[in-house]
Amino acid sequence: MSDKKTVRFIISRQDTPDSAPYQEEFELDYRPNMNVISALMEIRRNPVNTKGEATTPIAWDMNCLEEVCGACSMVINGRPRQSCSALVDQLEQPIRLEPMRTFPVVRDLQVDRSRMFDSLKRVKAWVPIDGTYDLGPGPRMPEKKRQWAYELSKCMTCGVCLEACPNVNDKSDFIGPQSLSQVRLFNAHPTGALNKGERLETIMGDGGLANCGNSQNCVQSCPKGIPLTTSIAALNRDTTLQAFKNFFGSDQV
Amino acid sequence: MLGVIPVGLFLMQHLVVNHFATGGEESFNNAAHFMEQLPFRYFLEIFIIFLPLLFHAIYGLYIAFTAKNNIGQYSHFRNWMFMLQRVSGVITLVFVAWHVWETRIAAAFGADVNFQMMETILSSPFMLWFYLIGVISTTFHFANGLWSFFVSWGITVTPRSQVISTYVTIGVFIALSIVGVRAILAFV
Repeated sequence: MSDKKTVRFIISRQDTPDSAPYQEEFELDYRPNMNVISALMEIRRNPVNTKGEATTPIAWDMNCLEEVCGACSMVINGRPRQSCSALVDQLEQPIRLEPMRTFPVVRDLQVDRSRMFDSLKRVKAWVPIDGTYDLGPGPRMPEKKRQWAYELSKCMTCGVCLEACPNVNDKSDFIGPQSLSQVRLFNAHPTGALNKGERLETIMGDGGLANCGNSQNCVQSCPKGIPLTTSIAALNRDTTLQAFKNFFGSDQV
Repeated sequence: MLGVIPVGLFLMQHLVVNHFATGGEESFNNAAHFMEQLPFRYFLEIFIIFLPLLFHAIYGLYIAFTAKNNIGQYSHFRNWMFMLQRVSGVITLVFVAWHVWETRIAAAFGADVNFQMMETILSSPFMLWFYLIGVISTTFHFANGLWSFFVSWGITVTPRSQVISTYVTIGVFIALSIVGVRAILAFV
């Protein structure tokens, strides 16, 4: 062994959305406090693999670099997580990087997370207040509830829970834990609750709550510690009540 | 819903009736005969057993084969249960299909379903193991399905209630397995 400490990476690469994936190995000089992104930047500076061949720099997504934007998620040593907070010192070597294949791969480690944003639109994960006149202030929210809701609002649409879920894949249209939990968040908001029934109706349909298989991988893997399975179970209760209301109620409001 | 209310109730009733076998040949034959003599038997069979079971089986197979299991990366308890629920579902379906063919369909062609019939079937060591595995897989699928039922209908919402429900359904699994296995061994 050389006296200089090095870090080895095995990276799963793919040149176009439709081309076959292949693996490429890289070896870098170790520096203290390296994370996966700083290593990828180092490779970008000098894209030469372990065979000594010059290659293209690796494509990946990143933005905030402090685990709040969710853009840099990838599968690191078999587990999906954010590459900005994946410290090289804490990872087993060689470090294996793969894209989250639950999503369409754009190139190398870069994936297209559109399906989550489409789901958020489907479930109306917002508080509708737009109009032609000032609606005035909304009702107040108890502080304790606000603190509770803040935990749900930490979701950064990173896609880790969808990658971990066995029921989210190309054969199913399950919207996944991420947008379901947002339904609970916006239904809990005093003004958002005005559209509660509408959101519940959506998740009672195709690709909604019924597709959950209770493997509970989502709550185990969420980097923000969001109680995703509690959200799903709470929504199960809400939709059961909504179904009774729809069937036995006098109207559907 | 269909799994627990009609099919699950039928399963428990069936295992209890089978358990009469531990009281000897006559006791089992009397119990089986009583069930055969139930009024509206065909109606009960079709609407409580066959239709719900068929729907549950076909839809269940579709769901089981849509999943991409990942025990390798996530080896915690609930993910194991998720995988085992699908595996036990398929085993149970094979077992139930064979069991219905061998008993109910045979009965439709004139065979008499009684203690002796089961004794003959279970005299083969292969069939004995097939029945033991089949029954345990069925009781597991039912007990674990009961746990999911409580979640899916919004009865157990908090993590704590889900843990307690896990213990309760493990109890259901053990109790029903004892009833089922005792009945099988009574024929040997």
